[in-house]
Amino acid sequence: MGTTRPVAVIEVRSLTKRFGAIAAVDGVSFDVQPGQVTGFLGPNGAGKTTTLRILAGVFPPTAGRALIDGHDLATAPLAARRRLGYAPERPALQLDMTVAAQLEFVAAMRDVPAGAARRATVDGALERTGITDVRRRRLGTLSRGYRQRVGIALALVGDPPALLLDEPTAGLDPRQAADTRALVGALRSQHAVFVSSHVLGEVEAMCDRVVILHQGRILAADTPERLAERLRPAHQVDVEAIAPAAALRATLAAVPGVRRVEARTGSDTGPARCRVEVEPGTDSRPAMAAAVLAAGWDLLALTPVEASLEEAFLALVGGAETRA
Amino acid sequence: MRKTLLVCRRELSLLFGGPLAWVLCAVFALLANYFFYSDLTFYVVFGGANLSAGLWRYAFLDWRLVAQLVLPLVTMRMFAEERKLGTLELLWTLPVRDHELLAGKYLAGVLVYVVMLATTLVGPLVLHALHDFPLRPLLPGYIGLLLLGSTFVAVGLAASAATENQVVSAMLTYGVLVLLWFVSWNEAALSERVAPVILALSFFDRFYGFAQGVIDLRDVAAFVAFTLLFLFVALRTLGARTWRGIA
Repeated sequence: MGTTRPVAVIEVRSLTKRFGAIAAVDGVSFDVQPGQVTGFLGPNGAGKTTTLRILAGVFPPTAGRALIDGHDLATAPLAARRRLGYAPERPALQLDMTVAAQLEFVAAMRDVPAGAARRATVDGALERTGITDVRRRRLGTLSRGYRQRVGIALALVGDPPALLLDEPTAGLDPRQAADTRALVGALRSQHAVFVSSHVLGEVEAMCDRVVILHQGRILAADTPERLAERLRPAHQVDVEAIAPAAALRATLAAVPGVRRVEARTGSDTGPARCRVEVEPGTDSRPAMAAAVLAAGWDLLALTPVEASLEEAFLALVGGAETRA
Repeated sequence: MRKTLLVCRRELSLLFGGPLAWVLCAVFALLANYFFYSDLTFYVVFGGANLSAGLWRYAFLDWRLVAQLVLPLVTMRMFAEERKLGTLELLWTLPVRDHELLAGKYLAGVLVYVVMLATTLVGPLVLHALHDFPLRPLLPGYIGLLLLGSTFVAVGLAASAATENQVVSAMLTYGVLVLLWFVSWNEAALSERVAPVILALSFFDRFYGFAQGVIDLRDVAAFVAFTLLFLFVALRTLGARTWRGIA
């Protein structure tokens, strides 16, 4: 080809999709790298499914472009679609067909040659999703959890480099959801995985990177840790001591570098807990400890507060809504 | 072409994987053969001398009605059910073009219809074994039935592509077929200006020649044109997801 292979398996540039006057997706750009699970996070109605459908080749964008493994969905749609596997939120299954028959059909449609190669890719997809035992069963007789797995197996068959999974844990019980998360995590060894979810804990648990979408626009894209770090509103420390709450609060407020103190719990006699907001870049913990001890109280705990992705997400979405 | 055949094979396995296609074939065979028995009785009792005019013509016109009754039920689920199950969305993500999908389903519908038509051969063949007569005059009738039924399949696919409800799909097909069937019955009800257009649209009239053993290439061309027109409508309806989205 003469050109070097693109590093990203999925490249999205200024993607916009309008339905009438409504922009469901508005100028979205991001990359999905091989060997990673990239999470696509956003509240319901943010435009996640529309974006996934465009990337899966279901319909074209109004503007912008998307490349799958270097193939433009607009100019080389068949080549691009041959390189992707898509699992919609609700598993799309013909209930009267057997599991194996559906997988074989999809493998044939993805141009896997008949015979040994097709058998191998079907067996592989069955094995990786743990559904080999139901291969001869009709879909109509399978439980929700199994159907979800068949949906993922249909995406996997033919080993496309790009996997697009729309809310793979929706409607599953906690045990099934945990199994599915483990399954998705394991897929990163052979595919670039792009998985949407509106559940933060899930994204935090299984993703290497997160793209946050809100009202059709990208709010942020980074690793879950860095997102949480970057979006932490301020550095906070929880201080717990056996002291009157009001006095503890006043003492801490006088420590240099402290911006604000908020009493969390406490009475005049028992242990009290305060959340202290300090200037970013300074560590006032030794000074706070010294101040508490100097007042003659017993210091019970002094804990930095970790911002969760949940807080970061709410801060982002909240910020976007006040701007809008 | 390979993709079209794959889709066709899947469609046939879906059709015959459930009871519907078997029931429809059985009903078709039952009705068609009863009609033939009834037409034959009529022919014998009233002592017709000309088989073409006295028996085959009536049989073909009756079989046409059976096709009109049964075929919308063959095509009703082809896209509607896939839309409802979400499998249509999955098909759209596979490396296959819309027209290949459509062609595969159309081919499957026509093949089911050919199986149905084969069941109508029983009466004439039994009769032929008992009493020798030339089979050749039957050929135009069967060609006409095939062309007419293929047009029904195209109409049914266009209706099925438009909805996710199989009943709506079947009723839409019946609506179009019945309207085109009796729109030419009362020419007096049509204004002089629209009459030629309406009569041209009424492809049912074009079947009478075939039923009487005459193949007119203009009629053949008209059926092909109508089939292509409705397949085009189906294709555009499938393509509407671009601006309408998917529910």
